Amino acid sequence: MSETTAHAQVQTAHAQAHSGQQHPIGLYFFVWGLLFVLSAASYMVDYLGVQSYLRWTLILVFMMLKAGLIVAVFMHMAWERLALVYAILLPPLLVLVFVALMVSEADYTIFTRLAFFGAGP
Amino acid sequence: MAQTIETHGGADLRPSGLRGVAADFSSDQRAFKTASWGKAMMWIFLLSDTFVFGCFLIAYMTARISTPVPWPNPSEVFALHIGGQDVPLILIAIMTFVLISSSGTMAMAVNFGYRRDRRTTAVLMLLTALLGACFVGMQAFEWTKLITEGVRPWENPWGAAQFGSTFFMITGFHGTHVTIGVIFLLIVARKVWRGDFDAERRGFFTSRKGRYEAVEIMGLYWHFVDLVWVFIFAFFYLW
Repeated sequence: MSETTAHAQVQTAHAQAHSGQQHPIGLYFFVWGLLFVLSAASYMVDYLGVQSYLRWTLILVFMMLKAGLIVAVFMHMAWERLALVYAILLPPLLVLVFVALMVSEADYTIFTRLAFFGAGP
Repeated sequence: MAQTIETHGGADLRPSGLRGVAADFSSDQRAFKTASWGKAMMWIFLLSDTFVFGCFLIAYMTARISTPVPWPNPSEVFALHIGGQDVPLILIAIMTFVLISSSGTMAMAVNFGYRRDRRTTAVLMLLTALLGACFVGMQAFEWTKLITEGVRPWENPWGAAQFGSTFFMITGFHGTHVTIGVIFLLIVARKVWRGDFDAERRGFFTSRKGRYEAVEIMGLYWHFVDLVWVFIFAFFYLW
């Protein structure tokens, strides 16, 4: 009996693999709604004039949540094989190294500008 | 024997997790077992595009950190005068909602495509294209407004000169991507409407039979455009 069930499950999995990405439409509506709420929230950060570290933290949190939802659900990354997920999502992390390099470089530039030209441009 | 199952077996027989990653990449065959070549290539193109936009945003960051002149406040620069008062960033907020809505309709189009409901799919894709065109239209309005106010790539009335060049560069490239996406959408929507993917009609360029997966691959590009906007909205407009 259990063998038959397992066989049926394998067949279902097969059928799903061949019919492409097919997910309940309610999930898309749910994510769509969440994206609207998150966008409204990030707009409110500006509208209410939140400043400094709280502002930057909120902006980054809402940004990452939105990006994650779009990639995971709308672009179906959550259902892809891990080989594809890693091949696509790990390389952009290296951009963070570039960011770190350029932050240090830009800090040095502003330092020399202020040191040699005063506050002027 | 286990090797045979790993490399030639169905999707359900493949190992998952990190073991699966190792098995897929070491299989001496294609590494992306369940993604077609079209989908894998679109993902790799999008990865390269990520680096392009990453470089733009890093250039913007570098310019903004290194200038001793105050950066213009985007909240005021992009405010619109509505009903006797300035509403900060309102046009950008509307553009964001329009683009997210277009992503939603695109996801629906992919879903209906796999149900082989060609009319609904085509209508949803045309709706997506319409929202995309709306977005580009609002961007053109925004550019016009800023240019009449005296923003140039080399100067602007409010502060650091680099504001103009980074603004035109980043939003210009993003707008170009949206425009190309709208054209791409119209082409695929026409194929769907005509029933090319049901009749397995051969494409005019590749002479290959298309499948409804083309809608999903198109969707990947469109969602990516929305994804880039999420980052531009956060870093350029809100920061």
